[in-house]
Amino acid sequence: MSSIERRQFDTLIIGAGGGGLRASLQLAEADLSVAVVSKVFPTRSHTVAAQGGMNAALANVLPDNWHWHMFDTVKGSDYLGDQDAIEYMCRAAPKAVYELEHFGVPFSRLDNGKIYQRAFGGQSQNFGGDQAARTCAAADRTGHAILHSLYQQNIRAKTHFFDEYFAVDLLKDGEGRVLGALVFNIHDGQIVIIEAKTTLIATGGAGQLFKTTTNALINTGDGLGMAMRAGIPLQDMEFFQFHPTGIAGRGMLITEGARGEGGYLVNGDGERLMERYAPKAKDLASRDVVSRAISIEIKEGRGCGPKKDHVLLKLDHLGEDVIQKRLPGIRQTCITFLGLDPAESPIPVFPTAHYTMGGIPTNRYGQVVVPVKDTPEEPVAGLYAAGECACVSVHGGNRLGGNSLLDILVFGRAAANHIIEYLKENKYHKVIDEDIVSNAVQRAKRFDLNSEPSPGGDEVKETVAVLRKELKQVMEDHCSVFRDKQFLIEGVDKVEQLCDRMKNVKIDDQSYTFNTAKVEAFELENLMACALATIHSALAREESRGAHSRIDFPDRDDKSWMRHSLYSFENGLDYKPVRTKPLSVESFPPKPRVY
Amino acid sequence: MNSKSIIETKTNYRWQCRRGMLELDLLLNNFVDKKVDSLDEKQIQSFDMLLSYPDQALLDLLLGNSVSSDSEISKLVSQIRSTPLS
Repeated sequence: MSSIERRQFDTLIIGAGGGGLRASLQLAEADLSVAVVSKVFPTRSHTVAAQGGMNAALANVLPDNWHWHMFDTVKGSDYLGDQDAIEYMCRAAPKAVYELEHFGVPFSRLDNGKIYQRAFGGQSQNFGGDQAARTCAAADRTGHAILHSLYQQNIRAKTHFFDEYFAVDLLKDGEGRVLGALVFNIHDGQIVIIEAKTTLIATGGAGQLFKTTTNALINTGDGLGMAMRAGIPLQDMEFFQFHPTGIAGRGMLITEGARGEGGYLVNGDGERLMERYAPKAKDLASRDVVSRAISIEIKEGRGCGPKKDHVLLKLDHLGEDVIQKRLPGIRQTCITFLGLDPAESPIPVFPTAHYTMGGIPTNRYGQVVVPVKDTPEEPVAGLYAAGECACVSVHGGNRLGGNSLLDILVFGRAAANHIIEYLKENKYHKVIDEDIVSNAVQRAKRFDLNSEPSPGGDEVKETVAVLRKELKQVMEDHCSVFRDKQFLIEGVDKVEQLCDRMKNVKIDDQSYTFNTAKVEAFELENLMACALATIHSALAREESRGAHSRIDFPDRDDKSWMRHSLYSFENGLDYKPVRTKPLSVESFPPKPRVY
Repeated sequence: MNSKSIIETKTNYRWQCRRGMLELDLLLNNFVDKKVDSLDEKQIQSFDMLLSYPDQALLDLLLGNSVSSDSEISKLVSQIRSTPLS
């Protein structure tokens, strides 16, 4: 074992998007030693793609306060969000924006010099009244500005980066403590054992589960798979957000900001369809509402185009100047990928997989929590999660636009603050038994050609490319915007078969230099775990809530289902209550969600 | 390039073309799949340079929001944009 490199840090952070980098900055500034492991160069993380902006009740454009923001988030979550975490996030939002400003994020400005705020779906004044304008943006490149500012600040604070290293598995001792992770260098295949007193998973979402997605190729749910293999259940994985306006057939996102600026959807009859589904909020209704509306229009034969398989997003009435000034990115996206200019023609759109609401269960301090005997939320010693991979749960059944950048910044920071306190009580590294290391090293070879066939696997060799394609198609066909029992049962069966076949994946490429085939095998294994949790949870939840829409159970059922799903390899499905009690204000009781 | 170095270059490029945005993933990987074998040394240098740009700058170039002052980069960008997407 002597040839395996071992490194020690106070904190290991897996993932270098906004959540990971906000946490690492807080920790590095507290003079702790922090390692950030990222499979791609940090500024190539998916945060860079967040176009829209970040919600905070600054009231710069229209009256606003955090309590209205909280109401909208609870309602948007379809009452599945935990109200203590939501209150915490909404109260912390203005401070999070000012901090970013301080780090150098160039927010767009109003003429009076204050930060510009745009209207986004699901935002209201006065608990469900008129439209609010709550989203702070740096033009249409807010995520890019945030990620680059945080990266620069981390370099200044001397965070240690392991760029282009892939984290395979967490290291866990017999008492359930997490002591770091096994990672390898993608350039040369060298394994490194990173020993850490605390580990934060911040690996983002799993959008690559679906064939049509807005997500970059890197979004393979690595942290989620890693957590499941460490015996941690995944929470609320049946709630996957489909963004209503993806470019039809390609998946690329047309930001909600386009509707915020006055764009609207029309069906094949030329009708403004959202007036029927959401008379008040219209095109700015919550994402799940708009996605379902588009799906219904198409299903009932009112789609556009020769195949009637999409609807149109109209922007041309806004005029070239507004489009060029406020939405330059989407204009060029349309010209490049569709060959049309939205200043002249409407954009063909269709719902596209966008955001993983579920994830690794945490409390509002970012601690990973699991059920132990009668306690539904017992912290796992040394383990934290933040951002899209975590389920804290502020988004519940459906995330509002502008709340994801807020989530990563608020809970990245909160997790770091809790880690700082935890490390005051836990000053020393725990000794990692050689057995734990040698098992982890052995397991890291599971896709090597010369490794033993996995138990339960047979001798037929499978390839990553084939299995990945099949998985994405199965998830799209069986677990998309609309779901029903028969379809889900078939889907569960197919996903389980794919998981079995995954055991027979062996990699031909045995080289150590840029062995991306090996990385792709680990990524697919992570996606398989996510798929299993998602489709099992979706089959079991016999109601429609937020993004989870069952044709056979069209109504929300608060009596039976106002609870969080938990799915693990070991125990299958389990449930825990929603935290309906906020920190300082009255609970928002469940009401019909009308926009 | 000999066949080994082509494979190495391709896998290396495949990782460098893993970006934070789906748009870049599609345009860059499509180009690597279809055209990278036929690039000469000068074009390879330009491609390396292009891949070192931040995602947003790369997106602006590849979507035509901005134009590079380096004529080699500019030519390469046109080539990437004109490679039909499968």
